[in-house]
Amino acid sequence: MKNRSLYFGLAILAILAMLISACAPAATPEATDAPPEEGPKTYVLVPKNLGNPYFDTANNGAQEAAGELGVTVLYQGSATADAAEQITLLNSLIAQNVSGLAISANDADALVPTGQAAMDAGIPVVTWDSAIAPDGRVMHINQAEADGIAAVQIQMASELAGGDGGQIAILSATSTAPNQNEWIALMEEELKKPEYANLELVATVYGDDQDEKSYNEALGLFTTYPDLEVIIAPTTVGIAASARAVQDQGLIGKVFVTGLGTPNQMREYVKSGASPQFALWNPGDLGYLAIYALDALATGKIQGNNGDTFTAGKLGEYTVQESPELGLNVLLGPPFVYNADNIDDFDW
Amino acid sequence: MNNSSSATEAQTTIQISENPPRRSFFTRFQRWEWMLVALIFLVVFLNIQLSPYFLNAQNLSRTSSDFMEIGLMMLPMVFIIITGNIDLSVASALGMSASFMGWLFNMGVNIWVAALAAIILGTLGGLLNGFLIARIKLPSLVVTLGTYAFYRGIAYVLLGDQAARGYPASFTYLGQGKLPGTLIPFSVGLFIILACIYGLVLHKTKFGRYLYVIGNNEEAAKYSGVPVARIKIIIFTLSGFMAALSALIMAARFGSTRPDIATGLELAVITAVVLGGIDINGGVGTMLGAVLSLILIGLMRFGMGLLNIQGQVQGIAIGLLLILSILLPSVIRQISWRKARPNRQILFYAFGMVIVFVLFFTFFFWSRAPVIAGG
Repeated sequence: MKNRSLYFGLAILAILAMLISACAPAATPEATDAPPEEGPKTYVLVPKNLGNPYFDTANNGAQEAAGELGVTVLYQGSATADAAEQITLLNSLIAQNVSGLAISANDADALVPTGQAAMDAGIPVVTWDSAIAPDGRVMHINQAEADGIAAVQIQMASELAGGDGGQIAILSATSTAPNQNEWIALMEEELKKPEYANLELVATVYGDDQDEKSYNEALGLFTTYPDLEVIIAPTTVGIAASARAVQDQGLIGKVFVTGLGTPNQMREYVKSGASPQFALWNPGDLGYLAIYALDALATGKIQGNNGDTFTAGKLGEYTVQESPELGLNVLLGPPFVYNADNIDDFDW
Repeated sequence: MNNSSSATEAQTTIQISENPPRRSFFTRFQRWEWMLVALIFLVVFLNIQLSPYFLNAQNLSRTSSDFMEIGLMMLPMVFIIITGNIDLSVASALGMSASFMGWLFNMGVNIWVAALAAIILGTLGGLLNGFLIARIKLPSLVVTLGTYAFYRGIAYVLLGDQAARGYPASFTYLGQGKLPGTLIPFSVGLFIILACIYGLVLHKTKFGRYLYVIGNNEEAAKYSGVPVARIKIIIFTLSGFMAALSALIMAARFGSTRPDIATGLELAVITAVVLGGIDINGGVGTMLGAVLSLILIGLMRFGMGLLNIQGQVQGIAIGLLLILSILLPSVIRQISWRKARPNRQILFYAFGMVIVFVLFFTFFFWSRAPVIAGG
């Protein structure tokens, strides 16, 4: 009598084990027969997590691409930006035998086995926004390249300084941030071009990505360089703090702030004129391109080799390239410039 | 002092009956385990109806390994909760062990040596919990809340923003491999064996009976000669050991380690235990219930995933089920105590249950509706 629950437990476990193993031979052929299905493709855009306006904007772009391609794009994410949850989600998507996965990875390494499992099941995998290591996907949609980021910022600064040029300064994050330093070096390189000869880089200061410190560094620039015309802040914290400093000091129209920022954070300053234009990639375009790239892979238009080319609707022609750190990737293009004309189209 | 006290403990150990009280056939069917079995059948039935991909061995095999770290940590958690304690630090201990292993591996240590060191570290972490709770006599909730932050902190100190990767295939077999000739993942096989062992210990040994005695009345157990402190140290140490074992499985499944590995998993572990009918106040529950609830949660999550139900909604469904699991036994108890004579209180409980049921299924089908309609 007292053993009953125990035996019952063992029996359940045994049945479960048998169930799993017994189904195996019957179900396996079914699974392998499935891929050459006809009919509309179903792709899944997987963000890091749900409820993030940045990813929702990417989904808008992906749905636009879906409409043009005549495919279905599902938008499926985990509740939190957690690798384990994302793996569980991806397993259930692989189980449904979807036609392709476009993933923004929560962990570049932990998702490699899952990405491989998907590709083994015949499901092409591309990543966007945040890459899986090259072994776990076919290619990555790279939102921006350091060259492009540097070039667009100098170009914006030149436009803001006007035809006669003038003094510019850089307000960066920390002096040790590798990406910041790479961009600063490339911007200095860019400034050597003849068309930027009238721009003079007078100072590079560091706000440590803290709002107050960045604000004070901006104030310091105003007093040290009374003729300063443009501050370039390639950091989302620094650009907002600098623009606020310009606004607070009544320097709108005299000093302009530009750099890398996000629309919701910069909207006020774009409208006030403290920061008439700034750049960052457009997540909508990123989602749009990810779906086109996935479709090109899934329909066999490209095989995912270095040098393959495909057309991505309104964005034009793209080429698959290979780089040491990113493996196979597709570059979205130069960063997107946000200004008073377009900023209200974005909410992230 | 220690020797003499344990000597008296041995002398005064009273005979605690190994036989559970006899139950009638009818009360047996009121048991929570049957409810879980019924729910499992219901979920399986619904899922087979709603998704053609559910009954696929490869899919079930792949998804089952997603829940094995929770399962492995759940086994000692059943012991701990039955004694009326709790261990909130399991997922952090997992993170600490996995990060320690990754850190050693990054320094060029052989993976198996690093794994052994991680097991030892995890076990020591559990021992520290047990020592503070049993010897210093601090509440387990407070102690493990502290080590929850402490162990996770160590994980971040060890790996920082780095990852350990490139584990050899012989190691990743632990998390990704299948038992030879079958579709059963290695981790599932390991879980089945360990679940049987833990079940036997809980239900067939004096140690197991002691756990219930401590959970029912710790003071009484102490004065009856049950070595309460030693048992607490043992179960918390076991919990640390199992967390470290789960760390190996999870690191092997991911093929890499980051210090945030398994963040928040302790709540999934405790949810599985409580849904299994183990009383959070201690003294009541079976290993079978916990295993069944893990299967139920796994099948529900997998089924909802197949229907592309969003993560947040899945969380709500599991949460409602958990509330139901707490509400239902108390209703049954009310009914059996009062011999089913309807009175206001029973009606109140029954009404509450109906509401939860209706909410649950409305929500379930409302969230599935677009999927079902869309084909």
